[in-house]
Amino acid sequence: MPVRLVFLGKLADLAGGGERELDAVPDWGALLTMLEPELADEVACERVRVAVNGTLVADKRTLSLADGDELAFLPPVSGG
Amino acid sequence: MRVIRVVDRPFDPGEEIEHFARALDDVGALASFVGKVRGGGAVCQLELSHYAPLTLKGMAALADEAFERFDLRGLLMVHRVGAMKPGEPIVAVSAGARHRRGALLAVDFCMDHLKSDAWFWKRELRGEQWHWIEPRPEDHADRLRWAEKS
Repeated sequence: MPVRLVFLGKLADLAGGGERELDAVPDWGALLTMLEPELADEVACERVRVAVNGTLVADKRTLSLADGDELAFLPPVSGG
Repeated sequence: MRVIRVVDRPFDPGEEIEHFARALDDVGALASFVGKVRGGGAVCQLELSHYAPLTLKGMAALADEAFERFDLRGLLMVHRVGAMKPGEPIVAVSAGARHRRGALLAVDFCMDHLKSDAWFWKRELRGEQWHWIEPRPEDHADRLRWAEKS
């Protein structure tokens, strides 16, 4: 099963859609090379948090993914 | 008692708050806030999105903290997502406590966190262009006020 990527907020515009799937994502560094350069720069930015299967990741650079995982990219929020 | 909901269609804050208030019979104080899409400007539409796996969990954690800090008896938080027009309600927060100070502070506390520390993203349609909104520095400053007091 592929890894599902979910882009929230303005990252969805940049990615050209809210979701995409990728096969075999070994680690963070490899993931960045699989995205368009502008999108990769943006998700690498310190202000973008990452959640795997609905749990926030403390340090996205050390994340490890398994088949079927959902990886969400969360830019700065604004509610209310 | 707690009511925490994310709704994807228009809601009536008055009705929500009235229901909530009726179910809370042992409080001496009830404070409420309703946030609406500002009218009279260039914004013709507002759209809020969220990330479901985190949104309600985050709001529940916020409610836990509010209950503990302000000795609450009840808390209502209803947050709208989807497309909205000026004048439509976005958020309603209501807090019940034994005394007024706890209720008033709890509403302020929850709103400061919903603005800049909950999993919502907001964009505005001005003319033909969508603009993503990020919290203003004062929104962060508002939230940080609470960190100093704990």
